[in-house]
Amino acid sequence: MLRINCPFCGLRDHHEFTYGGDATVERPALSERSMEAWYQYVFVRTNPAGWMQEYWQHTGGCRAWLVVERNTRTHEIGATHLARDRITEVDRG
Amino acid sequence: MQAYSAWNLFTHALRGHKQWPEAWRKRAPKSGYDAIIVGGGGHGLATAYYLARNHGIRNVAVLEKGWIGGGNVGRNTTIVRSNYMIGGNTPFYEWSMKLWEGLAHDLNFNVMLSQRGHMILAHSADQLHAFTRKANTMRAHGIDAEILDRDALLREVPYLNDAPDARFRFHGAIVQRRGGTARHDAVAWGYARAADRLGVEIIENCAVEDFIVEGGRIKGVETSQGTIRAERVGLAVAGHSSELGRKLDLELPIESHVLQAFVTEPVKPLVDHVIAFGAELFYLSQSDKGGLVFGGSIDGYNSYAARGNLPIVHNVAELACAVAPCFSRLRLLRHWGGVMDMSMDGSPIISKTPIDNLYFNGGWNYLGFKATPASGWTFAHTIANDAPHELNACYSLDRFRHGVQLDEEGTGPFPRLH
Ligand SMILES: Cc1cc2nc3c(=O)[nH]c(=O)nc-3n(C[C@H](O)[C@H](O)[C@H](O)COP(=O)(O)OP(=O)(O)OC[C@H]3O[C@@H](n4cnc5c(N)ncnc54)[C@H](O)[C@@H]3O)c2cc1C
Ligand SMILES: [Zn+2]
Repeated sequence: MLRINCPFCGLRDHHEFTYGGDATVERPALSERSMEAWYQYVFVRTNPAGWMQEYWQHTGGCRAWLVVERNTRTHEIGATHLARDRITEVDRG
Repeated sequence: MQAYSAWNLFTHALRGHKQWPEAWRKRAPKSGYDAIIVGGGGHGLATAYYLARNHGIRNVAVLEKGWIGGGNVGRNTTIVRSNYMIGGNTPFYEWSMKLWEGLAHDLNFNVMLSQRGHMILAHSADQLHAFTRKANTMRAHGIDAEILDRDALLREVPYLNDAPDARFRFHGAIVQRRGGTARHDAVAWGYARAADRLGVEIIENCAVEDFIVEGGRIKGVETSQGTIRAERVGLAVAGHSSELGRKLDLELPIESHVLQAFVTEPVKPLVDHVIAFGAELFYLSQSDKGGLVFGGSIDGYNSYAARGNLPIVHNVAELACAVAPCFSRLRLLRHWGGVMDMSMDGSPIISKTPIDNLYFNGGWNYLGFKATPASGWTFAHTIANDAPHELNACYSLDRFRHGVQLDEEGTGPFPRLH
């Protein structure tokens, strides 16, 4: 059973969360004209076998988007962060 | 190697069935082959068989990390059908269906194809209209399809829950009478044995760990049993595609997800068809031993663990009871999972790659068992001719780059939704 530690709500059951996929994929700027960049963003995935960073939304709770580290081989769950913190970091470059 | 026949069955019975030869020979790898197929699942074995049978390329090795039948080919819910509506899918899956219909004779192995009919239930008038459109498309391609109205459906499948307070009432169904099930293990064993008889070497416990690429051209593989050189290499490793792709810098539009299947305790014959629920993803059939075989959605998050989690167990049990409350007293005996290669558009890839003489087969989603014969047929053609067969030209790896995806479900580039 997956249980995710929401920074606001604590350790909660898998049922309460909605998956958002690979959190390392970054959307190009809307002004980006390179087809290659959009192709990479929309279609190409590294699909790691092992630790992965992924988005989960606490839809059945506080509705925050989280970045969760999870091992795709064992389903073990590691650190959890608020997605907005990570995005702010990316924006700051 | 001995043919399976009534006469041989009789003579072996006299000897207590103790002298049957092995179905395929155990082999140690040679230093090189004309072609190597990585992955001894249904697709890899079928490819090797058709390379030998259709193209006369017999100096072929199939390298399998584990044992034959240990992957998804031995884990699926065994549904075969050809009721697809989009572009290249319609003719491809119909060619597969035609191959299924002659497969037991072709392989001299009983794959137990049971054309018991495949039915998808409609729960609204609009859904039945959409199914009618699908049925018309199929019939325009010469594929059998029937639309049942509500009364005809309930006459044919009387145990469906049509109580006035049922959450999902029935408006009818689309039926493909030629659809049904096949024995999954027999498909793996049958292709393995038939390929072996044509000279293909099947090497189990041989994991491919790396590749030899010289001047942009594949030259062989590094395995747990040493280096093996080959002029051509085909990858058919289903859920493990990305792991091997990484070694080749191959960019793949694939995510690995876990799909579970379930079998109940055996009961007397009840479910005559393969039934797919139309309001959510749930499908069932009854095995020859009497167990009901249930399948649902993938768990919905990336996974390389061949086991799933409880929410899907719960969901599948709920859906079973929604379809027919009489299932509610059955106990689930077993459940298991398989690592699925989900592609970004829900359709497979059978293709050349940016590396010369390296070919890729994967991205099978929920469709890979029924596709096994046509996948092997067209992948063998692609490898033998260094060019796709007309049936798999639409399944090229670069279709994503060119915006010609084949999204049968119309759910967009989200593998968890296909
Ligand atoms: C629970 C479940 C239910 C399903 N139900 C259906 C259904 O009803 N109908 C349908 O059409 N499809 C169904 N499918 C899908 C279908 O089973 C798969 O798409 C199909 O079997 C995949 O192709 P394969 O048989 O070649 O895969 P596999 O049998 O998985 O073969 C791949 C092989 O590659 C090997 N391999 C991996 N890495 C390496 C390596 N490095 N070196 C050497 N070998 C390697 C693996 O050990 C494995 O044996 C289902 C799948 C699952 C899991
Ligand atoms: Zn929360």
